Amino acid sequence: MYPENFRYTKEHEWVLAEGDNATIGITDHAQEELGDIVYVDLPKVGAALEQGKSLGSVESVKAVSDVYSPVSGEVTEVNATLADKPESLNTDPHGAAWLVKVKLSNPAELAGLMSAVDYLAYVGAEK
Amino acid sequence: MRYLPKSDSERRQMLDACGFSSAEELFAHLPEAVRLNRPLALDPGISEYEIVDYFKRRAAENANGYASFLGAGVYNHYRPVLVDTVVSRGEFLTSYTPYQAEISQGTLTAIFEFQTMLCQLTGMDVANASMYDGSTAVPEAAMMAVRATGKGRVLVARSVHPEYREVLRTYARNQGMPVEEFGYVAETGSIDLEDLERRMDPLTAAVIVQSPNFFGIVDQVKAAARIAHRHGALLVMVFTEAVSLGLLEPAAEADIVAGELQSFAISPCYGGPFAGIIATKERFIRQMPGRLVGQTTDSRGNRAFCLTLSTREQHIRREKATSNICTNQALIALMATVFMSVYGKRGLRELAEQNLAKAHYLAGRMKPQPRFTGPFFNEFVTRVDGRSPEDLNKALLKKKIIGGLPLGGHYPELKDCMLFCATEMSTREAMDSVASVLAVAKPQEVQA
Amino acid sequence: MITKVRPHLSQNEALLFERSSPGKKAYQLPELDVPAVDAAEALGAENVRVSIEGFPEVSEVEAIRHFTRLSTWNYAIDYGMYPLGSCTMKYNPRINELVARIEGLAWAHPYQPEALSQGCLQVMARVEAALAEITGMDAVTLQPAAGAHGELTGILLIRALLEKRGNPRKKILIPDSAHGTNPATAAIAGYAVENIKSSDTGALDVGALEQLVTGDVAALMVTNPNTLGVFEHNIIQAAEILHRRGALLYMDGANMNALVGIARPGDFGVDVMHLNLHKTFSTPHGGGGPGSGPVAVKKALEPFLPTPRLRRSGKKLAWDYKRKHSIGRVRAFYGNFGVLVRALAYILAHGGDGLRNATVDAVMNAVYIRKKLEPHFDLPYPSPNLHEVVFSDKRQEAHGVRTGDLAKRLIDYGFHPYTVSFPMIVHGALMIEPTETESKLELDQFIEAMISIAGEVESDPQMVKNAPYGTRTSRVDEVTAARKPVLRWKPQ
Repeated sequence: MYPENFRYTKEHEWVLAEGDNATIGITDHAQEELGDIVYVDLPKVGAALEQGKSLGSVESVKAVSDVYSPVSGEVTEVNATLADKPESLNTDPHGAAWLVKVKLSNPAELAGLMSAVDYLAYVGAEK
Repeated sequence: MRYLPKSDSERRQMLDACGFSSAEELFAHLPEAVRLNRPLALDPGISEYEIVDYFKRRAAENANGYASFLGAGVYNHYRPVLVDTVVSRGEFLTSYTPYQAEISQGTLTAIFEFQTMLCQLTGMDVANASMYDGSTAVPEAAMMAVRATGKGRVLVARSVHPEYREVLRTYARNQGMPVEEFGYVAETGSIDLEDLERRMDPLTAAVIVQSPNFFGIVDQVKAAARIAHRHGALLVMVFTEAVSLGLLEPAAEADIVAGELQSFAISPCYGGPFAGIIATKERFIRQMPGRLVGQTTDSRGNRAFCLTLSTREQHIRREKATSNICTNQALIALMATVFMSVYGKRGLRELAEQNLAKAHYLAGRMKPQPRFTGPFFNEFVTRVDGRSPEDLNKALLKKKIIGGLPLGGHYPELKDCMLFCATEMSTREAMDSVASVLAVAKPQEVQA
Repeated sequence: MITKVRPHLSQNEALLFERSSPGKKAYQLPELDVPAVDAAEALGAENVRVSIEGFPEVSEVEAIRHFTRLSTWNYAIDYGMYPLGSCTMKYNPRINELVARIEGLAWAHPYQPEALSQGCLQVMARVEAALAEITGMDAVTLQPAAGAHGELTGILLIRALLEKRGNPRKKILIPDSAHGTNPATAAIAGYAVENIKSSDTGALDVGALEQLVTGDVAALMVTNPNTLGVFEHNIIQAAEILHRRGALLYMDGANMNALVGIARPGDFGVDVMHLNLHKTFSTPHGGGGPGSGPVAVKKALEPFLPTPRLRRSGKKLAWDYKRKHSIGRVRAFYGNFGVLVRALAYILAHGGDGLRNATVDAVMNAVYIRKKLEPHFDLPYPSPNLHEVVFSDKRQEAHGVRTGDLAKRLIDYGFHPYTVSFPMIVHGALMIEPTETESKLELDQFIEAMISIAGEVESDPQMVKNAPYGTRTSRVDEVTAARKPVLRWKPQ
């Protein structure tokens, strides 16, 4: 369910690091809580992200959820398919429906995030 | 009391069911210190007849049977009889905000039609389900421009309605949004483009102009838009006289239109309730305040309508909402919708043409000619010679005519001027009367 | 067994634009009694539009049928109860509509001479006085156009007073049970919002308040009774805490229907509050507006009230524009006069005693509903309620049915739903406010419907989840409406 090679936050974001670059998304738990997703608000390429600060938001019909960046860095790519098909966040939040790619400014931040095992326990406990 | 549908025996039954022996026990849990221990100091309740009588007396203390040439943001237009027939239906009058789409398709459909017609009239891509009024639509449009551009400063023309500018300043002060004014050309009454250019800077989010402007002049919206866009700002176009939309080419260059719909079958009602509108280009949709109705389908595939893009609004976004607004002037907007349906494509144009003809007739009969040379719709500014505008109005009142608005209060440089408005309801007879009173020899000459 | 409604044919109706045909008309203007003017000549050809593309052209018969058919698809107070919490959907007296249309009132121009507007000014003065008496406050402004507008005005007044005292401060405290307009308003007024958690009993937590009221706090915005329908029993204490630290107490008057004639906010420490005339004072909702949101203040805030203010000199009333400390205007002209007329007609019809009796009946109705529904629905907060009661969907959730589903099934029984999922401090809230203008029969039918639905949840939860069945449209697809917004009609 939750990929082993991802790292997770308490606010239900995931990050997959590959060297100095990383991909950020929201977890399956997050999309389930939100329900049918209708719109995703993402930053522009070049935007500076700070760990713990909002990078955008995800909307369902009746709710909005801020997405908090798990890491600090600069946005290098934004997932263009989400504008047309926000619903893919419901079906493939860990894969095709990634949100942004970043160039990490402080890879050491990753160490402080949860592993897949810890995150699974965390969402289990939340319920 | 005739609105309380319970008999005393029913009340006793209900109190029994709740385990109370008297109605006062319902409030026994309230702290003694908060209780009001005396009756409210208000007159006893009165009968229907007495209520009607009270308001008829108040109405008699107002102007009755006067011909009025006041405009300045509130206009005398005929209200087709169908308007009140429709809005008096209990299903429209006494229904709630259409949050439950299945039992509100009447309201939702009418609003969808309203939004469509406002787009057709303003040339914009999307219009909302109305704001409180034109004056509050202006700061909402300014805040929208700030959100959309990420910049903080606003430029507004002095020829925008003075009270609208006051409202803008009240809102802007608390948003940390600097508001600066730019002037009009003394001869034409049109915005001073050079002044605008001088005051533009890269921090400007919006340039706000009105057309027809407060002086009635059809203003240079295109030219203002070019200046705004060149500096990365948005152009907000304001209108107070909705009938003008029947005749005037909408400015495609505007980014946001903010206006007042009172002219569309909304009684002047001493200043309210009215209905404002914000309309804009597709790319600013998510920055829009106010309710929006969208088209969709139900589970059986039937076309249906519902409130949508609600995540912009206060009940979801709370402190990050695009606005705190929690109303749309639905009943008022419905009056406008019926009005637009009755007049339709050709009627609205014919109505506007009649307004144009009446105002130009009046202006032509008056001496001197209008103060400004710019093209005007159904309002114009006249300079009064030899006496004050207030004295002229006193003379007009004697003929049961309410004259134009003296401008000195809002524009000290125009203290010898007044703003006259003529609509399809202004008769030739009344206009000739105005002209004759104006033409009366100056007081000194009369004595000779 | 559903007794309140039966199926009935309702007409289909296309959109006006789909009914349109070139040349059809529903209007006739009189012949011009002055010469026509060539628009291109007078205005410049580039300023004149060719036509209004796509605008409808229908006949009068089609117009009246169109809107009449549309109207039959709406529920309304005239059909039956709206149990919507905090909305106060009471009867809209028809005499209000008649008096609002009297020519001398309806056609008054805001700029006509004051000597010829004394009737309007008298009406406004009378409304100000009545609202001041009802709220126990010192001064009232009638300018704001709606409740949220009144909230903004109220917060701006607070800011102005604090500024005059030397420091406008930075934040406003808002309970987590508050209506969404409260934090939205605070933000527009330039304040940061800090949430204050309600206590275990759903009440205002004065312990937490003690901690939170620092020199940075401008005010607490409170609704009383709160959104659970419960009177804030420690409101006086809360006011004292705030005042001791130079902060103010703002009250959202949405729930005044529980207090009129019983308790006055001015007497329990409120400095500034707004009223919703379209709630407590019976003016019609009209499908979403207009409203009117007068603001009532204590003396200290009077100098800051919006300009102009009504001033009496002898028998005459006039507008006073010389107000040095005023926050300025919050809208053009003077207020929603047409709505004020309706509210005054309501006040005149009731009188002081009548208004109190209305409050008593409103509370009685809500307490009765609570008593009858308690065995069937979870009541998260057991404190005595006033004019509204809040249940949760906890018991029904066990069967997979949520408050929104129950609400949709209630529609099949002939009622408008109650307020769903608000306040946020209750998980799966059902917020019910009957108002005083409901008969025992209507209340009993509502209670029967709710109990029946509770039974249906146990025997056939899936059926409840797919309700409603009897409406013109079934549940609409709000998801597609938000993903791919279509906000206007376009020709094919």
